[in-house]
Amino acid sequence: MTEPVTEELLDLTLTVNGVPRHAKAPARRLLSDFLRHDLQLTGTHVGCEHGVCGACTVLVDGQPMRSCLMFAITAQAHEITTVEGLGTIDSMGPVQQAFTECHGLQCGFCTPGFLTTITAYLEDHPHPTSDEAREAISGNLCRCTGYQNIVKSVLRAAEIKAEIRAEIRAELAAGTTAEVDGA
Amino acid sequence: MTTSMFGAPIQRKEDPRLVTGGGRYLDDMGHRALAAAFVRSPHAHARIVDIDVTDAFEVDGLVGIWTHEDLPGKVGEPLPLLIPHPTLTHGRTQFALARDEVNYVGEAIVMVVARDRYIAEDVCQRIRVDYELLTPVVGIANARDGSALVHEDVPGNVACRMLQEVGDVDAAIAAAPHTLELELDIERSACMPMEGKGVLARWDTDKGELRIFSSTQTSTGVRAAVAAKLDLPLAKVECIAPDVGGGFGVKINHPWPEEVLIPWAARLLEQEVKWTEDRREHFISSAHERGQLQEIKVGFDEQGRILALDVKFWHDNGAYTPYGIIVPIITSTQLLGPYKPGAYRCEFWSLYTNTVLVTPYRGAGRPQGCFAMERTMDAIAEYLGIDRTEVRSRNFILPEEMPYDHGLLFQDGRPLKYDSGDFPASMAKLKALVGWDDFAAYREQAEAEGRRVGLGIGCYVEGTGVGPYEGGHIQIETSGRVNVSTGLTSQGQGHETSFAQIVAQELGVPIGDVFVTTGDTRRMPYAVGTFASRAAVMSGNAIALAARNVRAKALRIAADALEVSAEDLEIVDGIVQVKGAPGTRMSLGTVSVMSNPLRYAFDDAAKAATQFAGSNDPNKPPVADDDEPGLEGKDFYSPTQATFANGMHAAIVETDPVTAEIRVLRYCVIHDCGNMINPMIVEGQVHGGVAQGVGGALYERMVYDESGQLLNASFMDFLMPYASEVPHIETDHLETPSPLNPLGIKGAGEAGCIPVTAVIASAISDAEGFAITSMPISPVELWELRQRHARGEIPSLARPRHTSTSPGSAPVPPVQEAR
Repeated sequence: MTEPVTEELLDLTLTVNGVPRHAKAPARRLLSDFLRHDLQLTGTHVGCEHGVCGACTVLVDGQPMRSCLMFAITAQAHEITTVEGLGTIDSMGPVQQAFTECHGLQCGFCTPGFLTTITAYLEDHPHPTSDEAREAISGNLCRCTGYQNIVKSVLRAAEIKAEIRAEIRAELAAGTTAEVDGA
Repeated sequence: MTTSMFGAPIQRKEDPRLVTGGGRYLDDMGHRALAAAFVRSPHAHARIVDIDVTDAFEVDGLVGIWTHEDLPGKVGEPLPLLIPHPTLTHGRTQFALARDEVNYVGEAIVMVVARDRYIAEDVCQRIRVDYELLTPVVGIANARDGSALVHEDVPGNVACRMLQEVGDVDAAIAAAPHTLELELDIERSACMPMEGKGVLARWDTDKGELRIFSSTQTSTGVRAAVAAKLDLPLAKVECIAPDVGGGFGVKINHPWPEEVLIPWAARLLEQEVKWTEDRREHFISSAHERGQLQEIKVGFDEQGRILALDVKFWHDNGAYTPYGIIVPIITSTQLLGPYKPGAYRCEFWSLYTNTVLVTPYRGAGRPQGCFAMERTMDAIAEYLGIDRTEVRSRNFILPEEMPYDHGLLFQDGRPLKYDSGDFPASMAKLKALVGWDDFAAYREQAEAEGRRVGLGIGCYVEGTGVGPYEGGHIQIETSGRVNVSTGLTSQGQGHETSFAQIVAQELGVPIGDVFVTTGDTRRMPYAVGTFASRAAVMSGNAIALAARNVRAKALRIAADALEVSAEDLEIVDGIVQVKGAPGTRMSLGTVSVMSNPLRYAFDDAAKAATQFAGSNDPNKPPVADDDEPGLEGKDFYSPTQATFANGMHAAIVETDPVTAEIRVLRYCVIHDCGNMINPMIVEGQVHGGVAQGVGGALYERMVYDESGQLLNASFMDFLMPYASEVPHIETDHLETPSPLNPLGIKGAGEAGCIPVTAVIASAISDAEGFAITSMPISPVELWELRQRHARGEIPSLARPRHTSTSPGSAPVPPVQEAR
């Protein structure tokens, strides 16, 4: 155990929130650390580093994944969406908006993981019941809210998304929008 | 409109930032900082024989390695004992890095600083520590036995023995028609915020100044402690709590070893240094709470009125006592809840064990006290065959008896004197909400279906808003922007919003113009911290008083300018105007311009305040002798005593007849914290508290083996509730204002979790027909209790009597799910 420890840096190309990124990272660098410290996208939080709490959940090609359980290098050529990619302070996404309306967060540390998880869930389940909403968030830990208002937020987000779809349909019907990809 | 901001359930100002990734928690900063990691003891009790770092030096990226012998002066002395008490005769605190002995698994021994955390942990792996093992003391029974000692110089492992007595308990017990004895125990849990602790320190070599960021509940406390440890003038140290990912008590203790070591290393290295606690570190080197053995003897009359209550308990304070004996003091005083026993005596022993130290966790000793009192109430009801709510009601302190002085000293060194509360009204609301009187019918129906259900209840009183003080500072800029600062910190309570509501209401400005800063010693150097459900009461009132000062100054300046009397002015939507003649007006921004006589015009608005603009009185100085420039106001709120909030909870549980699984079907809360600033936020606090309470009642415990290893130090094994484990929570509020403070408010932060263990124990007892005396309880434990009960080792309860006042009414619906 006397030889110096040096780390080989690997080239990494991936898409994060729609933007192609190139970087170098050691093989053992976690995707969570890579996003947070190398790309400085600190919205993704790390709560346990063993895949249980879900705070670090990001979307990998649209699927929720625990970024603390992935090496950055395994995200090579994949598309990552973090909480920063779900909307901005001036133009919040439906789930973000629902959380602010329903008091779905307190300290906000676990929230990014819920937002990404729920965003992916609602893509496949646009009309959840209350029980289904509760089930959908049952893989993420929150220590502040007791989950009551997160369940409400899921239902509200589904409503907001439905409203947006209805608006788009109305616009299409009125012929005011030439090309809209049905959300 | 700016009216009625106080009391409105408005959306939180902090949320748009937090939901878009704009939060700045400790580890979101200092990307280029050096990283610290620690070698921690793998043994619960051992002497350090040797530390060998030879292999570690070769790691590329290593910056430095330090052990206790490297720590100079006060940095190498024991950490402070924050809250001394005369009965804490054997208080002990740890060294920032262990000197020659370790007393729990997780105690820091070596600090490593490296280019990044990965490398720092590589280095830690290469450091070898040799130990001479000592006998570990684990569990209250072993600590009380005293044959092995945690600290050689602490006989019997007793840090403190304390006794408080009101009335003659021995005589009252002897004279009581009936007596009962209970033995109860309650296990450890922990705050477990989603963000662990963390410290980032920047040393400015040029100025000799230190800036500390800490995920703390008290930035003023950390600042003062670090300045003292590093021998720095207070003026050269600032501490800022950034966004903090939950606290629940663990972050009020300070300075943690890392809060001393990281700033010290940053100064030594003249580089930014950061330490971010990982989850395992949080389990084994932060703090736990709740572990107590409790013995109760109660004397009562035929009506169930308590004539004497004699309580003894043994508190597990872990390896050290940096936060004093606050937790057991709170148990011993708050145990009384809404009741008035004829005589009361409480004696406790705070005991050392070779486990993680104990500091307050949300509820802070109250869940244990409530468990003791409420199990006692159920036992009396059972013994006399009286409805459980009736026994409680007969012992209530009545509204007309307020203020009610228990004759005891509370945790703040001041009398335990309840300011207000309407316990009979709370009870009536709770019974209505849960359908108490209809439960017998519901149970009958459930039993017919082969289901086993039970109804439980718990009542508590919570001393909130303890002093000594908090401050508020308000400054209105020439733009009309209102800057508010208070020194205590925020960990998710929504202070940016609720304090802004108070200012919007008091000043008459749009809430969008109000910006609140908390926990930044540059902005408010005098503060205590966020704990004991005190933020709204203390800072809320301080800020209200400061707002009233600013308002008075604004009206005075505007009155001069508008040549009217200040009494004729009002402030609406940030505009100072004449009542009934709103055409005569000026904005608060303009008032701000005029409040600050200028030599230089920095913008168009500022021109109005410069020396050649308009007329001035040559016989008067630009700023009057007793005045200050600027539209600012500051005030402090320092009450003579705590405010006492209260609540009552009830739950319906179902236990599986075969597997003993426990399901909470309904959970009902009546909560009274006086006037509510933002009911939405209060409700959120209650929800979160109940969820933590459910965790503590059914899932969470710290599993130590006999050698002092924490066997479940991960989220895989420490079962924090997910959404699937937390029931739908039904709430109703009573608002009994506090007469003690200008806003009439009481604290709400901890309330939700206090009675949950008692309530769930009560409900399971009711379902099973035998008394539950040890919490938390798992299905396995319940199953084993059933076997013992079947063997006759545990007595049966007589079926509780539920006096149905509305015969024929419909059974209680099992679960009312959220809309």
